[in-house]
Amino acid sequence: MTDIRDRQADIIVVGGGLVGSAIAYGLTRHAPRVMLLDEGDRAFRATRGNFGLVWVQSKGDGAPHYTHWTRNSQERWTDFAAELKARTGVDTHHENDGGLTLCLSEAEFLDRRALMERHRRDAGNRGFEYKMLRLPELRELVPEAGDSVYGASFTPYDGCANPLFTLRAVHEGFDQLGGIYRPDHAVVAIEHKDGIFRLETRHGTYEAPRVVIAAGNMTPGLARQVGLEIPLNPQRGEILVTERIAPFMRLPTQNMRQTVEGSIIMGDSKEDVGFDTATDTGVISDIAARAVTAFPILRDVPVVRAWAALRVLSPDGLPIYAESQTCPGAFATICHSGVTLAAAHANELGGWLMGADRPEAIAKLGPERFHVS
Amino acid sequence: MFRRLETAGRVETVTVSVGGKPVTLPRGETAAAALVAAGEAVGRTTPVTGAPRGPYCMMGVCFDCLVMIDGAPNRQACMIEIREGMRIDRQDGARRLGG
Repeated sequence: MTDIRDRQADIIVVGGGLVGSAIAYGLTRHAPRVMLLDEGDRAFRATRGNFGLVWVQSKGDGAPHYTHWTRNSQERWTDFAAELKARTGVDTHHENDGGLTLCLSEAEFLDRRALMERHRRDAGNRGFEYKMLRLPELRELVPEAGDSVYGASFTPYDGCANPLFTLRAVHEGFDQLGGIYRPDHAVVAIEHKDGIFRLETRHGTYEAPRVVIAAGNMTPGLARQVGLEIPLNPQRGEILVTERIAPFMRLPTQNMRQTVEGSIIMGDSKEDVGFDTATDTGVISDIAARAVTAFPILRDVPVVRAWAALRVLSPDGLPIYAESQTCPGAFATICHSGVTLAAAHANELGGWLMGADRPEAIAKLGPERFHVS
Repeated sequence: MFRRLETAGRVETVTVSVGGKPVTLPRGETAAAALVAAGEAVGRTTPVTGAPRGPYCMMGVCFDCLVMIDGAPNRQACMIEIREGMRIDRQDGARRLGG
């Protein structure tokens, strides 16, 4: 017999990927009884397919509030990683030495410089440091850059982390802070009655006065049941991993990085194929060819694994943080930068989700922006 | 450590070098077989911790038998047939590029 208490919580987070887990982890500071319901191995699981950048320099052109939100998280990441390491012993392999976006022509370089300049202008008093490096200067940072590379943009804000270790650390931390984790508990229906949400799973029903839907690509169907319309388009990205090689990439680029263990990860395809997680040999060869153009010394390095995963994208590419008007106490969120934003999700959302005012930083990231007036 | 089972009749042999030492085996054997025949339990050390590794699954699955073959790094010794004069050398840590 299970105690009725085992099925009740102060707040239930639906979705055990990095977005839901980081939110649940942060909620343990605001509520005594936080429950996290996760799907099983058959779920789409964008976190498991993630590239692992903690990235600023391409985020929020024309949407400075998103750049600020991203930088809030990036600035918190070093402490977040240290906190997770101290609490759980799990090293997230977080690095924050800056990052590069390579440009293959003068035109790309000038476009990139214009983008960096817009970021600097939009940053206002916060400032935005960047450098545009032509090939000789770039080679002072990464001597292996190929002759076809024209240059790169550099910002000191960028970095990376291992998404799998990060997820494991957040899960372990959540457990240690008294959170209740239920794997293989896909939520199939949500009912709202007398101020209580009843979440139906194949292992029975769970109850709480508050619910946060952070279920990645499965979010819209669940959010609709609590009166929230979350527009979402999955976008496929494919990633290749090479065998381990001695360190040579001192900094990550937007679509290539070298892990602590020595593998080169390359990717960043953007494919509109619906809910299809198959890999495509044409896309894989394009990714490999681009990597060899950037770093010709990779030419004879074998690729040992490839996979595809689905980004969780809103129509404008920015995150959505939504609070239901018709079902008070219900929230939904989607975002495709679950790694970059993990530190903000763990630190800045808990109060709001438990009834305090919405943080100013996410005021423009609600779903209202998609409504036609 | 390893001893070859008796085979009927004469077999054609191939001589390879394992860490500079000549080793003669029947044609058709693998580089991993040459390694163990030479008494080398360790073919490489791992890139991350430097732990010793040697041939294990002998069927291309475990990647523990990676060695240098004719100067090329990270070769799966158990999946490569020996050729006359082949050089099989231990690999320490991760391969280096452009060296």
